[in-house]
Parts: sequence; C-alpha cells; structure tokens
Amino acid sequence: MVNGLPGVTALLPALLLAATGLALLLVDTIRPDARSNTSMAIVGAVGSLAALAATVWLTATGVGSADAGAVYLFSDAVKVDTLGLFFTAIFASVTALVLVAGHDYFDDGVNPAAFYSLVTFAATGMALLAVANSLAVVFVALEMVSLPSYVLVAYLKQNRGSVEAGLKYFLVGALSSAIFLFGISLVYAATGSLILADIASASIEGLTGVLGVGIVMMIGGVAFKTASVPFHFWAPEAYEGAPAPVSAFLSSASKAAGFVVAFRVFTEAFPLEMAVSANVDWMLAFAILAAVTMTLGNFAAAVQEEVKRMLAYSSIGHAGYALIGVAALTVDGPANGTVMGAAMAHLLVYGFMNTGAFLFVAMAERWGVGRTFADYAGLWRRAPVASVAMAVFMFSLAGLPPFAGFFSKYFLFQAAIDNGFVWLAGLGAINSVVSLYYYSRVVKALFLDDPASPTALDAVDVRPTALYAAVVFAAVATVLLLPGFGPVIETAEAAASALF
Amino acid sequence: MILEALMAAAFVGALTVFLAPDEWAGRLAFAISLIPFVGSLYLWSGFEAGGNALLGGDIAYATQIEWLEVGGRSVSWFVGVDGISLPLFVLTTFLVPLAIVSAWTPVDSRQSQFYGLMLFMEANLLGVFAALDFFLWFVFWEAVLVPMYFLIGIWGGPRRKYAAIKFFVYTNAASLLMFIGFMSLVFALGDSVSSFALPEIAQAVAAGGLGEWFGIPPDTVALFAFLAMFLGFAVKVPIVPFHTWLPDAHVQAPTPASVLLAGVLLKMGTYALLRFNFTMLPDQASMLAVPIAAIAVISVIYGAMLALAQKDLKRIVAYSSVSSMGYVILGLIVFTEYGVGGATFQMVAHGLISGLMFMAVGVIYNTTHTRMVGDMAGMADRMPVTVGILVAGAFGYMGLPLMAGFAGEFFIFVGSLSAPALPYAPVFTALAMFGIVIVAGYLLSAMQSTLFGPFDLETDYEVGPAAFHDVAPLAVLLVAIIVLGVAPDIFFEMIRDAALPVVEGVTIDG
Repeated sequence: MVNGLPGVTALLPALLLAATGLALLLVDTIRPDARSNTSMAIVGAVGSLAALAATVWLTATGVGSADAGAVYLFSDAVKVDTLGLFFTAIFASVTALVLVAGHDYFDDGVNPAAFYSLVTFAATGMALLAVANSLAVVFVALEMVSLPSYVLVAYLKQNRGSVEAGLKYFLVGALSSAIFLFGISLVYAATGSLILADIASASIEGLTGVLGVGIVMMIGGVAFKTASVPFHFWAPEAYEGAPAPVSAFLSSASKAAGFVVAFRVFTEAFPLEMAVSANVDWMLAFAILAAVTMTLGNFAAAVQEEVKRMLAYSSIGHAGYALIGVAALTVDGPANGTVMGAAMAHLLVYGFMNTGAFLFVAMAERWGVGRTFADYAGLWRRAPVASVAMAVFMFSLAGLPPFAGFFSKYFLFQAAIDNGFVWLAGLGAINSVVSLYYYSRVVKALFLDDPASPTALDAVDVRPTALYAAVVFAAVATVLLLPGFGPVIETAEAAASALF
Repeated sequence: MILEALMAAAFVGALTVFLAPDEWAGRLAFAISLIPFVGSLYLWSGFEAGGNALLGGDIAYATQIEWLEVGGRSVSWFVGVDGISLPLFVLTTFLVPLAIVSAWTPVDSRQSQFYGLMLFMEANLLGVFAALDFFLWFVFWEAVLVPMYFLIGIWGGPRRKYAAIKFFVYTNAASLLMFIGFMSLVFALGDSVSSFALPEIAQAVAAGGLGEWFGIPPDTVALFAFLAMFLGFAVKVPIVPFHTWLPDAHVQAPTPASVLLAGVLLKMGTYALLRFNFTMLPDQASMLAVPIAAIAVISVIYGAMLALAQKDLKRIVAYSSVSSMGYVILGLIVFTEYGVGGATFQMVAHGLISGLMFMAVGVIYNTTHTRMVGDMAGMADRMPVTVGILVAGAFGYMGLPLMAGFAGEFFIFVGSLSAPALPYAPVFTALAMFGIVIVAGYLLSAMQSTLFGPFDLETDYEVGPAAFHDVAPLAVLLVAIIVLGVAPDIFFEMIRDAALPVVEGVTIDG
C-alpha cells in the first residue's frame, strides 16, 4: 500500500511515461498531418512533466524512504525506493526538455511522431530500469532503452553521418548487450537467482570464478551504457551524428540510466564484503575505469575543433566523475552513502547543464551557423539570451563556483577524500582544471570573437520559441540548483545510504 | 537583513538594467547604484566598533541561516561586517556609482549589458566583503570574475581578448590553489569545527585545534595552507612576480572597469590575505616575516621602476598600483596596531586615489584618443579642471599630507619602524620609503611632459574641456580623498579596533 492507494501507485511515473508514449501514437493516428507537431510536443511535455510531478510527490510523501521501507511489486522483481525515484526525476526532467526542444528542431522534418514516441518509450524503459530488482528486469529495461535509442540516432535518415552513427551505435550496443546478458547468465549459474537480494545471500562456494567472470562482463555492459572506457568508442560518433536533441537525451538521461544499474545492481547483488572476500573487487575495477575515463574524456575534448564533438568527449569525462560513486567505496567505509549520493546529485545537475548545452547546439544546427568553435564566433550579438545560457552551462560544467556544477563536483571529491580516495579526487580536480580550458573556448567564441564575416550572423534568422524556452529553463535550473542544493544532496545521500 | 537588502538591490538592479533600453540604461544604473551607497552610509552611521569578527568580536548586522551540510560540516548563509570589512563595503558602494557615471561618455555600445554587468559585479563584491562563511565567500569571490571577464573582453581595447583570458586564467588558477590550501586547513581541523564559518575556523586554529591529517603533522599542514593561500591571493593583489596580468587587464579594460579593478578588486586580494593568512595563521606569517617583507619591498621598488619605464599613462597608473599594494603587504606582515590598521586604511585610500587617477586618465583619453606621454603636451591649457584634479590626485599618490594616501602610508611606516615581529624592520621600512621617491619621480615627469607647457597635439578634432558629468565624479573623489586625509579617524578608529585582536594573535619569539 502506498499512501492508502494500491502498491502499484509507486510505479506511477513509469506508467505515466508509457501512457504518454501511447497517447502520442494516438495523436499521430488521429491527426497525421504536419500540424500535429505542436500537439504532440504538448502531449509529450505534459506527460513527462506529470511523471516528474508524480516522482516528486512520491518522494515527498516518503514512499520507498528508509523509514517507510521500499515498495516491492511483482514477486520482488520491482523495488521502488528513493534511489529509483531520484533517478526517475532526472529521466523525466531531461525528457521534458528534449521533447520541448524537439518541437522546433524537427519543425520542417517529416513524421515527428516517431521522435516523440521513441523518446518517451526510451524514458519509460529508464524509469523501469531505475526500479528493477531482478537481473531479468534489468536486461529487459536496458533493451527497452537501447532499441529506441538506435533508431533515434539514425533519425535523420537522409544524412550519412546520422545513419553511420546509428549503425555504429547499434553494433557496439548489440555486442555489449550480448556480453551483459552472458554476464547475467554466469551470475545466475553461480548463485541460482536473479533477484538482487537473493544473489547476495546465495552460497557461492567453489563458483567464485564463474561469478567473477559474470561480474566483469556486467561491468562491460554498464561501461557501454554510461559511455565509459573501454566501451566509449561509440559515444563521440553517435553524439555527433545524431540530431542534437537526441544527443542531449543520450548523453544525459541514457547515461544516468547506465549509472542506476551500476549503483543498484552492484551494491545490492554483490555487496562490498562479498566482493572482497570472493576476490572480485569490482570497486577497484570501477576506480581504474573512472580514472581512465575522466582523463581520456577531458584530454580528448581539449583538442576538438567541433563544439558537439567536444561536448561528446566532455560527456565521457563526466561519466568518469560519476563513476567515482561506485569506485570510492570500501568495506565499512565511513562515507559510502555520501560518495554515491554525491555522484547521484552530480548526475542530476549534469542532467540540466549538459542537456542545455546540447540543446544550444541544437539551436545552432537549426540556424545552420556551422559546427566549429570558429563558426560560433560573435553569436552573442544576435542571440544574447541563449548565449548567456550557454555560458552558464559551460562554466557550470567546468565546476566554477557561482553555478550548481561547483557544488556537485565539490561534494563528490570531498566525499571521495572522506572515504580515503584522495588520489581519485585529486585526479578529478586536475581534470576539472583541464576542462576549464575547452569549456571557456566556447564562451570566448560566443562573446569575445568577432564573426568570421559580416554576413556570418545572417543565418540567425529565426527565434525558435520552444527551443529557447528549453535552453533558458535548463540555465535557470543550473543556477537555482546552487542555492537549492541542500534538499537534493540530502535526498540523494539518504537514498544511497539505504543501499549499504 | 540590511546587508542582504543592499546586495539584493544591486542584483535586482542588474537584472532591471539588463532589460532596460540602451538610451537610459546608464542613468537608471546610476540611480539604482545610489541605493546601496545610501544604505551603506546608514550601516556606517549605526556601526559600533566591537573587535574583529573572526576572533570573537561583535559582528554587526549579522545573519546566519543554515544552507546545507557537507562532510559533517554545515555551510550557511552567514554575513556580517566588522571594522575591517565595513570600510571596504562603503568604498565599494561609493566607487560603483562614480564608475557608472564615468562610463557615460566612453561606453557607446550595448549600454544596458554594460551597466547590468557593473551592478552585477557590485552585488558580488559586496558579498565578498560581507560573507563570513567560506563557501558563501568563495561563491562571491569567483562570481566577481565573470562580469569582469566580459567587461574587459567585450568593451576593452584592441588586445581585449588576450587580456580577458589572461585575467581569467591567472585568477582562476590562483583561486584553485587557495581553495586547496584552505581545505587542507579544514581537513586538519577535523572534528574540532562543525561548520565552514570563518570565525569558528579562525578560533579553532587559534585554540590549537589543528591535528594530523593523513600522517602529516599539524605544523606542516598549516605551513602548506599558508603558502597555498598566500600564493593564491598574491596573484589577486598582485605581488611581484605574479603581477603580469595586471597591466594587460588594466590597459585593455574600459575606464569604469579599470576603476573597479584597481579600486576594489585588488583589495579583495589584500583583504583575503588579512582575513585568512594573517588572522588565521599568524604564527606561520611571523615565521615567514622576512621573505614576505622582502617580497613586499620588492613589489614597492620594482613596481615603481616599471612605472618609471612606461610611456602609456594608464600603464603608469597600473604599475604604480603594484607598488602601492606592496605597502599594504608590508603593513600587514609587521603585525603592529598601526601596521595592520594602516594597511587596511591604505586599501581604502588607494581605492579612492587609483580610482581617481584611472578616471582622470580616461577623461583625457576620451578627448585626445591617446594616452601616450610623448604624443601630447600642455593639456592643462585645454582641460584645466580635469588636469587640476589629476595633479591633485597624483600628489595624493605621492603622499602629500592631508590627503588619504599620506595617512595610509604614514600609519604603515609608523607601524613598521618598530615592529617586534619583523627582524630588520627599520631596514625594510627605509627601503620601502625610497619607493615614494620613485613614485614622485615618474608621476612628476609624466605630468610635466603631458600636462604643462604649450599645448601640442596633432588632431583633426576639437580638444576642449570635458563634460560636467565626466568631471563631477573626479571632484567627488578628490573631496573624499581630502576628507579621509584630514580626518582619517572616521575609518581608522574602527579599523584599529578590529586590527588589534589580529596583532595580539601573533607569538613573538624572544
């Protein structure tokens, strides 16, 4: 029972997203003309905001909190707790932003229904992934996220880059899904269960080798979804080739979906004590991945010439930071919950600032001003509001103090230090300094550089209202999350602490 | 809540001005900037001195509201002023309206954005001087950089991009170093502090709360923290050899931004040095007294020598700021009542005098379109009032009695001649005094060749007296400089009250 209502109420956010996807298909059936673009954007945005509202309502009323206890449904295959709700809030917010922005991006495109419904169905998969308590549900939900994503990346089917990116994404994705599934089967072979808690309590005598291989393969699946080393190759191509709103969706929401698997499955199915005693130290594996991922992402981003590709590599770098949440853990560590909670808060803030940055790129693509830093020169003169928003995103991604990105990074590094991982925090800080270089290049181009030619800015001829609204909203959220960081970090820490 | 109200007025004013049309953005910004000024006068009139805010003294107009918690320590919205921060708070609210008026003539594009950024910067500057919680302070400290970066980068001179990026990179790298230094101090304090409130941290350090951190002994941590913070703030001040961003930033910045940069932003560095390094870690400071005093004297002499070699009037004033800041460092390191108090007083005095100099040079440039010493002569002929005020300001710089600069430097020298904490204090003082001679040398020679003699400037435009609204802020500044020189006690009383606990915090060997 949830607030006196049937238990399934706890699944309201996921159900609302699914219903929104179906409603979008219905709208398309009733009004298959071009004008339905607006009505579908409204339906999609309202549906995802309703899912967000439901999430906030459930969290506020204490559903799944440590005091009330998690809500188990469908023979324990689903477990709704604060962790799941927190991530659902990230997914729903990003989905709403992307759907609103999509309205203007696909203004002159054909068949917008596919875009809106695929994004919503992928979001449904994410919401399910966030509450999955069984490896079978995890896999099904993961595929539910992946399959629409492949199509979305190749959405501009006349565009060679988009199709190539989609194919590459699909091939790497199919391979990593297979590896992940094989890992699940090995874990099942070793423990005889798919429910996370039962895996943890199963006797694994003599089968630790099988379990270890299974865990390593599952790490591979997580690395693919979060765009972390060694399965990050697809990310720059896919983010660059895909339509920019899709890149925003993949690099913010889909990445967070990968992290919810890492956070929940590894800590619940393979508790820290068991991992250490069975010699399958997945924390160490994640620590190495985190270090390599953040360094590679940041240094690769520093040498890019195209803004979207730079953002793609920066997104890999941020995956490295968030991985600290599953890397800087020790048995009986004093700050296990804090460090994972900080990583969750970082993902929330990242959801706004990174989505906003990609949506600004979407706006530049809509105008057709070009893709490189030099093409962005002097955009401030024609589009001051959007440029200021982009400056907010860049400074926040770099972790400069007046914006939310400063707190989320600082809390993460501080928690890592408290848990004894000074080297990881130090590496993160060094990478943050490097990142300031390439993020500030965007700001320099927008505000300080003169346009390449007097006519270069004539391309900025339309004011896409919905796209503007999404970008400005993301910027306002990025700023307001600084004073409002307290409730976010408290919720996240409470949710993460319940796992240990 | 009055401090918050003044900051909010500047912040809301900034948003309003952003949206205002260009035609009257400048006037609107000026009107709005008078609100914090009048408010700060009210603060001043109601202020009663009560010791140092960090060392257990009274905190005037304080508010403390819990914000969030990190690693078991609370971060709060904690603002308040004492005898050290109030004069700087008043200085900021006083300079901003004048800087805004001085922008009316030179700034002719994108006015609403320009004045909006000026007010936005004021809000953050007030925050820097009022904040008493480390995180809150750091947020304001960094937020000051953003508007200044845009002011230099968009409205600056020909090499504005280079100057803006250099400014941004230097000061951000310095902030990171300082942040690491302060955090190591907090980590070493361990459980003996429960918040990031600066008074609590300062008092915990004074009470010997520093412990081992990862096996590093407390003294080493404190020394590391002192050095990291000192280097971080040294860039901001700036102290030789970290001063190279300053002339670039100053020369390229538009005049109103230069006024705030020299008048207030540099004081952030010395204010932070006083608050963090010298108040929290006095023993480390007195341990390093000789090298720091040496750096201070080098800054005085080297900055003055560099100024002597310049041909650009703005560069001359910029380098002489390096020299003046050297006096402030010398005053701080000697740890005497007059030294520390004089240094704080000199921050205010230099803020007014350098603001006046930059503004006057800007007014001349608006008319002549050149700042090169060799290009013009006899300006006194065409712009008698402006030149008169510029000369008066230059004498203030040289330390003419009854002007603010004299009072500040006099206090510092009185304090440093007989300083028990600094070995060879008379030698350092004598060397620093020699700097004044060089200052007089380059200011007099620059004025001699540009301002006096027969008028000579080849132009195809009219060179005449400046408009009333260009000269009025200069006159107001000059009056303030003289008032502060005649009656230094209006500030020095409260400064001394807040400086004494700092001086008493140091242990002097032998």
